Amino acid sequence: MKTCLIVDDSKVIRKVARHILETLDFTVSEAVDGRDALTQCRASTPDVILLDWNMPVMSGIEFLRALGTEPLTHRPKVVFCTTENGMAHIRTAIEAGADEYVMKPFDRETLQSKLQIVGVA
Amino acid sequence: MHLPPRPGARPDRAGQAFARLLEARTGQRLAADRAWRVDTAIRPLLARMGLSHADELAARLTETRDTMLEERVVDALLNQETSFFRDAGVIEGAVEAVRLATAGRRPRIWSAACATGQEPLSLAMLFAEAGGPMPEITATDVSAGAIARARAGVYSQFEVQRGLPIRRLMRWFAGEGDRWTVATELTDAIAWYRHNLVADPMPGGGFDLILCRNVLFYLAPDLREQVLARLAKALRPDGLLLLGAGETVIGQSDLLVPSMRARGFYERVDRAAAASRRVYSRA
Ligand SMILES: C[S@@+](CC[C@H](N)C(=O)[O-])C[C@H]1O[C@@H](n2cnc3c(N)ncnc32)[C@H](O)[C@@H]1O
Repeated sequence: MKTCLIVDDSKVIRKVARHILETLDFTVSEAVDGRDALTQCRASTPDVILLDWNMPVMSGIEFLRALGTEPLTHRPKVVFCTTENGMAHIRTAIEAGADEYVMKPFDRETLQSKLQIVGVA
Repeated sequence: MHLPPRPGARPDRAGQAFARLLEARTGQRLAADRAWRVDTAIRPLLARMGLSHADELAARLTETRDTMLEERVVDALLNQETSFFRDAGVIEGAVEAVRLATAGRRPRIWSAACATGQEPLSLAMLFAEAGGPMPEITATDVSAGAIARARAGVYSQFEVQRGLPIRRLMRWFAGEGDRWTVATELTDAIAWYRHNLVADPMPGGGFDLILCRNVLFYLAPDLREQVLARLAKALRPDGLLLLGAGETVIGQSDLLVPSMRARGFYERVDRAAAASRRVYSRA
């Protein structure tokens, strides 16, 4: 089973994403902000990370940059998942190292499609 | 064992009239397990017309014989589901096969029953990214509404997030809020027009590749055989036909066979026979 870490400060989003990911056969863990996510990645690196942009402690972009300097066992795929839907934001995320980008709101098909594109589903 | 009839599982009289209209116009049959679709599918049209019941719409159709109205009903009932890079590997394989077969020459491709255009646009993206001659792409659908949307090239946020990698969104689309407009470089490279596979003459000239995916499945078998025969004739002698995942020509057509050179594609039986004769005469 593939593993996915959901990083989002919204409990509702985490719950929705978890539900979808579990129906797609993922083992899911959750982090409430970038710093929490980084700690979890050090302990056990997931196959893929679903990453929110705006979070109180360490934003998605800051997390992504920090992740790049971590000596991890493998590089997880990173799918940004945010309400920001402007091209400038998308470009910033991709340049910071994200593999894919989901604009909220998303549904099961969207998430599945993006996970297939990064090769984990 | 007797099960009580499920309410709404069978279309009522109005529903049956709509289904008959759909079949008469497009050959599409509503499978019994999808009969519920009539109700759901027709509801937005009823709302737009300010009607409260499907019977009123059915009555109006019988009274007026209004072909525009008939068309709107048919459009509402057609399953137009599609996505960018649907069965991604297959689309990439199709582009590879065509590039190989047409080296140096401008390929001719027909995306038949292209719905809102995501399929031909996916092909155009791959060709544009690969460089070399842009193929001549013809894209058709029986639904005038779908073709108008395709030609406009404007997609919802939901649509651009199905199958389309983000880097391709960045490269080929401009966004405004949740509306995404595809580059005219791509839409203009495609000739869009309305075409009914079961009734209209096939576009001529011979195609290197015809994609006809996820549409023949719902035709009655005899009609499907006729369409396949006409598709075979629309291919160049060495052209390839691509059907949807789970669709086949086997047992449906004497004129087409699975291709030996391109897995997953079909080709004309006369070409396949000629190719094997060449192999035998060499041996
Ligand atoms: C499910 S969509 C498939 C779209 C696309 N080929 C794909 O695979 O993603 C089926 C399309 O076939 C079109 N269609 C149905 N009957 C047709 C006919 N007789 N001639 C041409 N197009 C037809 C519908 O309007 C619809 O857009």
